[in-house]
Parts: sequence; C-alpha cells; structure tokens
Amino acid sequence: MVPLEWYIILSAVIFVIGLTGFIVRRNIIIMLICIELMLNAVNLSLIAFSHYLQDLKGQILVFFTITVAAAEAAIGLAILVALYRNKAVVDADKISEMKG
Amino acid sequence: MLPQIIFGYFAIVMVVLSVLIVTRKNPVHSVLWMLVLFFHIAAIYLFLNAEFIAAVQIILYAGAILVLFLFVIMMLNLKHEVTSDRYIGEWPIGVALGLSIMLFVIFAITKLVPGPLGIYTIELVQEETHTKAIGKVLYIEYLLPFIIASLILLIAIVGAIVLAKKRT
Repeated sequence: MVPLEWYIILSAVIFVIGLTGFIVRRNIIIMLICIELMLNAVNLSLIAFSHYLQDLKGQILVFFTITVAAAEAAIGLAILVALYRNKAVVDADKISEMKG
Repeated sequence: MLPQIIFGYFAIVMVVLSVLIVTRKNPVHSVLWMLVLFFHIAAIYLFLNAEFIAAVQIILYAGAILVLFLFVIMMLNLKHEVTSDRYIGEWPIGVALGLSIMLFVIFAITKLVPGPLGIYTIELVQEETHTKAIGKVLYIEYLLPFIIASLILLIAIVGAIVLAKKRT
C-alpha cells in the first residue's frame, strides 16, 4: 500500500513546477497550459484524499474543478485570440499598456 | 512492493513530463507532452479506484481542452515566438520562489493528520458500482453546486463568443 503522503508530495511537486512555469515563461499559451497543470495537480491530491479517507466528496469536487478548468481555458484562449488580433504578440512582457 | 514500484514509475514520468511541458520552446510540443501526462494521470486515478474520474479526465482534458489549445495555436502565427527568448529576465527569482513554496508544502505534509474515515469503503463502492455511487452523492447532496456549475459553463460560452467575435 502506497502511503497517502507520497501522493500529496507528487501533487505538490507538479503544482510547484506549474507555478514556476507560470512565473518564468513569457508565452501566454504556455502560461495557460501551466494553469491546467496546476489544476491537475490539485485534482490528483483530491482523488488521493478521497481514496484514503473513504469519502466520495473529493471526487465530486474534482468534477467541479474540471468544469472550472474547461471554462477557464475557453475564456483565456478567447482573450488570447482577441489580444493577438489587436497587437499580434503572445508575449506577456510586450503587453504593457496598463503600466501608465 | 509492486504498488510502490508502479507508483515510482508514474511519479518519475509525471515529474519529467511536467518539466518538459514547462520548458519546451514550441507550444505544440508542450501540448503534446501534456497529452501524455494526462494519460498517466488517468492511470493513477485508476490506481486510486476512481474509474469514472479517469474516463472523464481522458474525455474532457485530452479530448476537449487540449484540442481547444491546439486549435488556438493553429490560428495564431507563432513563427516569431519560437525564435524569441523563452524565459523572463528575472527567472532565478521565480525558480527560488517555487522551491521555497515546495519546501514549505513538504514541511506541512510531514505534520499531516488525516481526518475521520467516511462511509464509502472500497467494498461498498464496488458493490454499488462507482458511477452509481458518485451519481447519488452528486445529484442528491450536491445538486445546488451542480446547477451553479452549469451557470459557470453558460458564462464561459457567452464570454468566449463575445470576446472572440469581430468588432463591426
């Protein structure tokens, strides 16, 4: 039997890789992919807790996380398409109109 | 011993795939590595007795969300992005921040005390079948959040159309 802590540490490592990628990458598409990576890491920890605590509520929460991830991907990519149409860049550093 | 070996394989492959996703220059390569990662995550869900979630993971993430990403990458012309710098200038700060958060989380996990066990033992779920057990909890106990989730999807559809349509 694999201990619960192993799953949580694996989930934490994947989450931190996604978070670091979100901070250091310039490409907005990769930043959105990193958000999906972080949501998947959280899903993994929820399923592990659900299995080890013998409660199905964790799996229900995973459903809602997947719903929010789908909505977030659709809206984020629509914003990206609108942005590319206006400025023709997908580089987060080059979008600095709000800087004043 | 065998479960530990299988878990070790999945853990190593998933961490390597995550690093590959974050560091690839071409977004298409990132999305394709993400596809491999999602299949591994679905397999680990099977390992945790969550068959229905594993199926949803493959159908929704690999089938819908990644295809959406690929369509958007296809519509944009990314020749310039592939040749420009991958990382921001201050990338060591970001990596240090990530490592410190990871140390903090691992320290917190060593102090973890699991809560009381629920009623859904593996035998009960197997007797009732997994999908039926999940459906009962979702449609009886969590009916209102389920309706709110449908509203989130409606807002996503309307928002995507409004944002992406051409100004006339």
